[in-house]
Amino acid sequence: MLIRATVDAWKPAAEEPADLVEEVRDLALFIRRETVRLIGIAKSGHFTSVFSCAELLAALYSGVLRVSEDPAWPDRDRLILSKGHCAVGLYPVLANLGYFPHEWLDTYTRVGSPLGDHPDMRRVPGTDFSSGSLGHGLSIGAGMALGNRMAGRDDSRVWVLTGDQELNEGQIWEAAQAASHYRLGNLVAVVDRNQMGLDGTTEEVMSVEPIAGRFESFGWEVTELDGHDARGVLSAFAAVGSEPEGRPKCVIANTRKGRGVPYMDLSRTWHLGYLEPADAEKTLSLIERV
Amino acid sequence: MTSDITERAWTPEQDGSWDLATSYRLCESFVAGQVLADLADHDDRIAVLTADLKFSNRTRDFELRHPDRFVNTGICEQNMVSMAAGMATCGYVPYVATFASFIGLLCAEQIRTDLAYPNLPVRIIAHHTGISLGFYGTSHHATEDIGITRSIANLTVLGPADAVSLGEVLRQTVDVEGPVYFRIGRGRDEDVYGRTGARFEFGRLTTLREGTDAAIVATGVTLAPALRAAEELAREGVSVAVVDAHTLRPFDAEGLCELASRVPRILVAEEHNVYTGLASACADALVDGGVGGVRLHRLGLPVDEYALIGPPTRLYEHYDLDTAGIVRRMRNLLA
Repeated sequence: MLIRATVDAWKPAAEEPADLVEEVRDLALFIRRETVRLIGIAKSGHFTSVFSCAELLAALYSGVLRVSEDPAWPDRDRLILSKGHCAVGLYPVLANLGYFPHEWLDTYTRVGSPLGDHPDMRRVPGTDFSSGSLGHGLSIGAGMALGNRMAGRDDSRVWVLTGDQELNEGQIWEAAQAASHYRLGNLVAVVDRNQMGLDGTTEEVMSVEPIAGRFESFGWEVTELDGHDARGVLSAFAAVGSEPEGRPKCVIANTRKGRGVPYMDLSRTWHLGYLEPADAEKTLSLIERV
Repeated sequence: MTSDITERAWTPEQDGSWDLATSYRLCESFVAGQVLADLADHDDRIAVLTADLKFSNRTRDFELRHPDRFVNTGICEQNMVSMAAGMATCGYVPYVATFASFIGLLCAEQIRTDLAYPNLPVRIIAHHTGISLGFYGTSHHATEDIGITRSIANLTVLGPADAVSLGEVLRQTVDVEGPVYFRIGRGRDEDVYGRTGARFEFGRLTTLREGTDAAIVATGVTLAPALRAAEELAREGVSVAVVDAHTLRPFDAEGLCELASRVPRILVAEEHNVYTGLASACADALVDGGVGGVRLHRLGLPVDEYALIGPPTRLYEHYDLDTAGIVRRMRNLLA
């Protein structure tokens, strides 16, 4: 599978939506399949948290993010997986981009592997920040957005993918106020609103609603969309402009935790799990092209 | 009376009473803002962040000269540390400054996970450490931060004692690859390096005074009274070396073992809990180096107590961290 991978090839997504929609759907399917395969190596992993954001990750790497063959290109868009536990879904995409050999994927979570359950920026090319401790990513993104603006890199945007239960973390709102105060129009928070934490639904565990109202009250520009609709995600992401100074942007992607595998859909028990090889095979055959 | 306490008149008699105006007037050793502004004149990477304390820590001096590289995050320390991490990935060398209790303790996880684990060049200026905020109480004290920071991989931990050494250590560490934690006092710390003419060298124990009967190893605010204590003991015919352990991590274990081979007794004086701080670093070095036969005495805050409320100078007296206290402890150690 090819992903547009050069600076020259980078174009705003809106220019060729029809092709891209199919590309995103293919890539999301690939992400889900690879997630099942890699978790089979680890014998434990976050299936459902990846499945909810598969279309979001696929869209970002299908012409939305400004990336190049050089993962350290200073003018690139940056992506922080604030919900670092979905890294297993990103690694195969980064391998496809040529950032590291595909063979690395086969070492996932084995002793000494660069690829763990949470991503390490020093060991995994294409990882813009090490994450895992929920609530940090938006602050780091705000710092990057400010740093890029101070350095005059006006075309570079910073995207932060957060969970929804993660919004319970106080530091998210510290970052939200700072981003608004410093008018970081080059910062985009994408909330994977997959409706669940570990212990149940977000509204049972510790409510996060109204997410839109909360971000708006902090001075953010908020868009809501269906996070599994490739076309809608692509056009919403394409509409995110690049303005170094302005209101920070929040995209609330309404998703379903576990989407794509019927028996995992909105299932609490599959946040962290393991499939025996036979079950993994069966699950691979069940994965839907959303 | 003016409402701006930084503008109030100050008289020497106020020293010891430790009112706020006195504190501001005496903050001549808060040279970080000035030094960083000078460095930033020739180094585009340097930026400064603070959390609503720019007048207290004098980062205002930096803001006046480099407003485009100064960030006030408001009372929001954890966000400040993580933002600095993000800025560091963009090529900056950010210096974040606030009270030690609100960064060395409050932000321990951000320092570990966002700065030290990715080994980013963020510098933490943790000021008003130890019990230097006196009657502000335990919430504003930091008597655990050496222990916390000393156990974080990739982190350099420094405790400069005065304005000269602070300025020197800031200049000597600009290009350190990973994060640095500067543990500094309240900005009215007595001059040591200017007076003694000693040469400050980052990374190694600095001997300020030679001695053969015993040695005092001190860091930060305890260095000046340690030096005076040694001078007083010299008048009694006791020869006491004084060593500045400004570099707490990586610790100069070899230097400490070498010291232990020359003197039979070592008193470690620190404005920190006697567990996990400088004394523990010394004990680790002796154990790792297989050095026996030296008596190590730990002088600091008691293991299982929080400091009393009081003006800092009175608290130093109470905990034997002033000159008289160090002399008394040393006499006991030599007895």
